[in-house]
Amino acid sequence: MSNVAEISTATSRAAAANSRGTARSRAARIGTERVIRGGLLACALLSIVTTFTILAILLVQSASFFALPQVSAWEFFTGTTWAPLLGEEKHFGIWPLIAGTLLVTSIAAAFALPVGLVVAIYLSEYAPSRVRSILKPILEVLAGIPTVVYGFFALAVITPFLHDHVSESFGTFNALGAGLAVGIMILPIVASLSEDSLRAVPRSLRDAAFAMGGTRFDVSTKVVVPAALSGIVASWLLAITRAIGETMIVALAAGGLASMTLNPANEVQTMTAYMVQIFTGDAPAYGIEYKSSFAVATVLFVITLALTVVGNLFLRAFREEYE
Amino acid sequence: MHSLGARSPSIARTRTPGEIVAAATPTSQVGRRIVDRAFLGVCIAFTALAVLLLVVLVVSIWQDGHARLSWQFLSSFASRKTEEAGVRAPLWGSIWVCVICAVAALPIGVGTAIYLEEFSKRSRFRSFIQLNIANLAGVPSIVYGILGLTAFARAFGTANSESPITFGQPESFFYLQLPFGHGVLAGGLTLMLVVLPIVIVSSQEALRTVPASLRTASLALGATQWQTTWNITLPASIPMIMTGGILAMSRAIGEAAPILVLGVPLFIRSTPTNLMSDFTVLPLQIYNWSMRQQSGFHELAAAGIIVLLAVLLTLNALAVIIRHRLQRANG
Amino acid sequence: MNTPPNAPPPRNIDIKPPMTVGAPAVVVAPVADTEHIAIRAQGLDSWYGSVQALKGISLEIPKCRVTALIGPSGCGKSTFLRWINRMNDPIPGARASGTLTLHGDDLLSRSLDVVELRRRVGMVFQKPNPFTKSIYDNVAFGPRLHRSFRRTDLDELVENSLRAAALWDEVKDRLNSSALGLSGGQQQRLCIARAIAVGPEVLLMDEPCSALDPKSTASIEQLIRELETSYTIVIVTHNMQQAARVSDRTAFFFEGTLVECGSTDRIFTNPANKQTEDYVSGRFG
Repeated sequence: MSNVAEISTATSRAAAANSRGTARSRAARIGTERVIRGGLLACALLSIVTTFTILAILLVQSASFFALPQVSAWEFFTGTTWAPLLGEEKHFGIWPLIAGTLLVTSIAAAFALPVGLVVAIYLSEYAPSRVRSILKPILEVLAGIPTVVYGFFALAVITPFLHDHVSESFGTFNALGAGLAVGIMILPIVASLSEDSLRAVPRSLRDAAFAMGGTRFDVSTKVVVPAALSGIVASWLLAITRAIGETMIVALAAGGLASMTLNPANEVQTMTAYMVQIFTGDAPAYGIEYKSSFAVATVLFVITLALTVVGNLFLRAFREEYE
Repeated sequence: MHSLGARSPSIARTRTPGEIVAAATPTSQVGRRIVDRAFLGVCIAFTALAVLLLVVLVVSIWQDGHARLSWQFLSSFASRKTEEAGVRAPLWGSIWVCVICAVAALPIGVGTAIYLEEFSKRSRFRSFIQLNIANLAGVPSIVYGILGLTAFARAFGTANSESPITFGQPESFFYLQLPFGHGVLAGGLTLMLVVLPIVIVSSQEALRTVPASLRTASLALGATQWQTTWNITLPASIPMIMTGGILAMSRAIGEAAPILVLGVPLFIRSTPTNLMSDFTVLPLQIYNWSMRQQSGFHELAAAGIIVLLAVLLTLNALAVIIRHRLQRANG
Repeated sequence: MNTPPNAPPPRNIDIKPPMTVGAPAVVVAPVADTEHIAIRAQGLDSWYGSVQALKGISLEIPKCRVTALIGPSGCGKSTFLRWINRMNDPIPGARASGTLTLHGDDLLSRSLDVVELRRRVGMVFQKPNPFTKSIYDNVAFGPRLHRSFRRTDLDELVENSLRAAALWDEVKDRLNSSALGLSGGQQQRLCIARAIAVGPEVLLMDEPCSALDPKSTASIEQLIRELETSYTIVIVTHNMQQAARVSDRTAFFFEGTLVECGSTDRIFTNPANKQTEDYVSGRFG
């Protein structure tokens, strides 16, 4: 062990060595710090600029659409006929597009929300760790598959299956095939976000329920799921948002006929599919149909934004409870 | 009046909890066990369904497409004759767009994350940006396409797209014109907007994993906030940031809707040579082939999907390798 | 350049307070020789939001001596310590008023350059917190921030800082291996070396031994006594024996106020205040 004299020598030598270095400029340091802080702030502001630019574009273009003499806002928000491409008698009533979107989304949700939740419960409460370590990557792979692949899958596998094994009435384009494909797409979102919520529930709650003689089913469904409910609801809402905004699957598999129908075997057009139809060049740029797609985009944006906001509120409520 | 006295809990008070429990009808233990078992069965069945779906997806696409896979498929341009068609243009288009997207999205996304996690105090302004990013993550990608079309491809209509302002020579790869039109630069920047929220959120999570004690130690030595971030926080979180970044890039590579809205030409027989070059991307080519009813095109689409999935798999493998390398380097 | 930057005052100065009879509520014993005061607080108040953490602290900390801050959890001793190098700044709602000076420089000034301050005031934390870098780079990190060095000077600085922290002999053969491979006690001595390398006048230690085993604690305590000749050391500790072993002066904090301050011998053997007596004898806290 060292003694006082030795340490005192070392400290004075360290101080001497330190003083031989060239001091860095204080002004340069403060300047650098300021420039960097400004740059980082600019990065952060870009996200706000993005939001406001989207809003501005959608509002300006929608306004110019509604300003056209052939268009009435009343018909747009209440009409049940969407026929923008017919020569003389154009109709812009958005409900057929909303109905198509809702039909596809409902099918997807009816499949993915319960299945996703059950998979999440299995992963979090039942699965042995080895099974879990295999299933989690599979879910990640499912989540990473581009949506155009699911669109192809709907067209090439699901729809022929429905046609051959369920009903002859399923044509090449139908709501059920597209809806199921969207459901497969959002399944991993529901499963992994719900699982995160379930696993965030403290162990002590489970222990207490088991100690009172609960079966695993009792503990999972009566204690853990209720405790994680706001997180699960958030995962559902965020998944539904993705389903509503999904474009490539419905553009490929749902068809292009805007109609008010509840029959899943029918061809439907969603809001996103209509936008694809317009932007892929079926309509002349700057024409009335072209402008109508911005009005549709505005409606789509408002719906998805509302769902995202509510979903994030649930997520925040959940985090405040457990983090 | 005396009947009201029956309301009083005097009778119940005479019973102990044990007696009350004994008097209650027991639920069937066997029944509970059966429900427990049945629920496990449902769990396994649903999980198996999810796995089965993935298997069917992969197998059916492989069956449809594997016969078309060849060097010729990778090195040929699209063609009306299905036997001559290939993915050369969309493959190179995807690579160009992805590189541009990465170069733009990673610095901006990580910069935003650093600002939010390291430089901003917990203020209203910060939670406003945070809320805004969470909401941007929910915006459908096709809406970003509209933004890209208006802002990048047309520069808000401020410049005449018939006679664009040009910078540099078309031979150099950084040849620029305003507005960008539907070249690879517009495509890459549009995808940057799509993935930016993902990059920001995953980078924030990465920065949060760095223990506060390291930042405190650095600040106590007289390091500035930026010196602390650059020397301590970033090196410690870079593996996670890279992993998140690569996952965001694979999302970008799989996106078709925003590119489709940009109005890229459907039939391209060239690879990009500069930032303004026309391009298409793999998902868009797959979409076009899938839409065709004629025989042969579905096989092309399936083969295109195999190539796309192979690219994504490579990226993911890269993410894993980088994470391992850097983790070991940080030791 | 061979004299240490902080020449210690003569060892025989009287820092013992005059004994006060009748025990006033607050005993702040003045240090005899004001030239040897490093840090001076006068009426220092501090808040976290609406919670007042320090109430009118007046305290003088002598140069090149070890001063221990003791008191039960939440008494404000750590808050006081963290104002000396302004580590409270990033905490939302933290503010202070009154006077706090280091060799006459106002430490609470808005225009104070905290980077420069922290170069002068080093800090060692509760848990050892070495960077995920090599041993060498941990020590060289601070000096490189403030100055640019020739390689030989930096090598000398690192060696002497490690020597001063009594760690050199243990790590001289593996300077380039990761600091995380060191034991807990070694890591804490590395953190001390890291603080010394910047060339501070003052070393703040926030319960530096609370995460260490008894043997490592003993070596750190010995080191503190030895470093006293070169640095003004302020140490926060929960451990009465530790305060008694390592410090020259002791200040007892209770619920945000300074109850008593004086030479360690007197505080532990003949405290003027009843609360101090109860605390140091282990009757509460």
